[in-house]
Amino acid sequence: MMKLEAIIQPSRFESVKDALREVGIEGMTVTEVRGHGRQKGHTEVYRGREYTVDLLPKIKLEMVLPDKLVNTVVDTILKTAKTGKIGDGKIFLSRVEEAIRIRNEERGESAL
Amino acid sequence: MKRAVLCCCLLLGVLAVAVPLLAQAPVASSPAGPSSPDPSKDLNEKLAQLDQRVAAAQSAGDNAWMLTSAALVLMMTGPGLALFYGGLVRRKNTLAIMMQSFAMMGLITVLWALVGYSLAFGGDGKFIGDLSHAFLRGVGAAPNPDYSATIPQLTFMVYQLMFAVITPALITGATAERMKFSGTVLFMTLWFFVVYVPLAHMVWGKGGVLNASLGGKFPCLDFAGGTVVHISSGVSALVCALYMGKRVGYPKQPMPPHSLVLSFIGACLLWVGWFGFNAGSALAAGGLASSAFVATHLGAAAAAFGWSAAEWLNNGKASALGAISGAVAGLVAITPAAGFVRPMPALLIGLIAGAFCYLMVTKVKAIFGYDDALDAFGVHGAGGTIGALLTGIFAQAVVNPIFGDGKPVGARDGHWGQVGNQLIGILFAWGFALVGTIVILKITDLVTGFRVSEEHEVEGLDITQHGEEAYYLES
Repeated sequence: MMKLEAIIQPSRFESVKDALREVGIEGMTVTEVRGHGRQKGHTEVYRGREYTVDLLPKIKLEMVLPDKLVNTVVDTILKTAKTGKIGDGKIFLSRVEEAIRIRNEERGESAL
Repeated sequence: MKRAVLCCCLLLGVLAVAVPLLAQAPVASSPAGPSSPDPSKDLNEKLAQLDQRVAAAQSAGDNAWMLTSAALVLMMTGPGLALFYGGLVRRKNTLAIMMQSFAMMGLITVLWALVGYSLAFGGDGKFIGDLSHAFLRGVGAAPNPDYSATIPQLTFMVYQLMFAVITPALITGATAERMKFSGTVLFMTLWFFVVYVPLAHMVWGKGGVLNASLGGKFPCLDFAGGTVVHISSGVSALVCALYMGKRVGYPKQPMPPHSLVLSFIGACLLWVGWFGFNAGSALAAGGLASSAFVATHLGAAAAAFGWSAAEWLNNGKASALGAISGAVAGLVAITPAAGFVRPMPALLIGLIAGAFCYLMVTKVKAIFGYDDALDAFGVHGAGGTIGALLTGIFAQAVVNPIFGDGKPVGARDGHWGQVGNQLIGILFAWGFALVGTIVILKITDLVTGFRVSEEHEVEGLDITQHGEEAYYLES
């Protein structure tokens, strides 16, 4: 099992979600987050005063995947989340030891 | 068919009876005519009656407009100014700044009814009125011919009250996000008596030293409150901002407006309300009101354009906040001029004021480093000053022959002396507001304190001053 965290542009979220559903992803957790990478935000001007807004709104997707789906999902996100501009975000993968379904205490990949 | 014929016959029958009756009506109403001993006396009586009715009709028309105007001016404070300022502060201070405007609607109204109106418009003193109308004694349905011969004095009183309400509320823009509520109430009460009331009397009151039409020594043109409302509040705002010092974290920490949507709605309400403020200052529903209405609208539009253009050139973008700030600056600047200038000069005044106030709030404020949080001085003090000056240049007798028929009014009429009179009025209002405010600040600071503690300031005034939050996001 792998945990996938993807930080993406809010504007790409709907397309990514639809594409993931098409490849058979049944669950995900979504959070509205703020952050920045190398692109360092933008400036806003109010009555001549400049403010640097360095934390920009992003969407974070989290899902735990059976090993056989990981590549498909990564490919799908890469394809649909990409705008080609700076600020498109990142994908992180990490190994997951165990998954337990609270309702019936199923364990392992069958709990996903 | 039969029924239709019957109907026609009935209708004709009714007409046959009614027409002679109608035709007789005027004759029937003067049966005394031929039998009266003195026909000319009868005619005079009728003429007098007619005069009365014409006066009543004019009074009804004027009164309808003036009551509407009074309501419009109140709308400028709440919701207009409350929303405009409310959106410009950070979220934690939203209710506090709105409450400071709203409190004026309560506080000043009470003071005005008790003695304020009388001190501003009673008697004919040089610097202040008297107590002849204290507790609104003698203020009823009869007009006060010194000020407005066609509307009940009650209407005049309540209309002027609305100006007294919004003026101190404007100051709260400079002291936003750090002024104690108790300090606000005390300061505004004192300010009302020490600065507003005397200045209103001197400029608008009978015998006032700056009054243009009722025997002032230095006739200063101020149609709707450039000196009394905007210079006085703007300059006092600057003094308050300097006295209080900067907000914690200013200018390093970002303090962007929390909702420009609120400010946007507020500014638009101000624009609409300003028709009552300026066109209402004609105190009648005649041609002068129309002239002031048009000048007001053109001034606001041109200033929105002027500010936006200056911003676009400087920043590469025309912002929404810039456009609405420009409109308000234009409304301020056209206020003293509204009832004296023709439409094209009104456009010019607006354009100049928009660009000028843009420079004041973006460049001048940054150079001097004072924290006029919401630009009460940059917009009202600066806009009011430039407007009062330009009034002396563009005022024309053809719009408002205030000095008598055929006499020139402003520099456009060749009367350059008026620019000097305007300067005297401006300097006087500046000095008066400056000195008065410093004294009041000292007193307030001793009695209640003026500024909240640093801890309270960081936590926000909504919770620390009023015990509530504007946005309870968890509920």
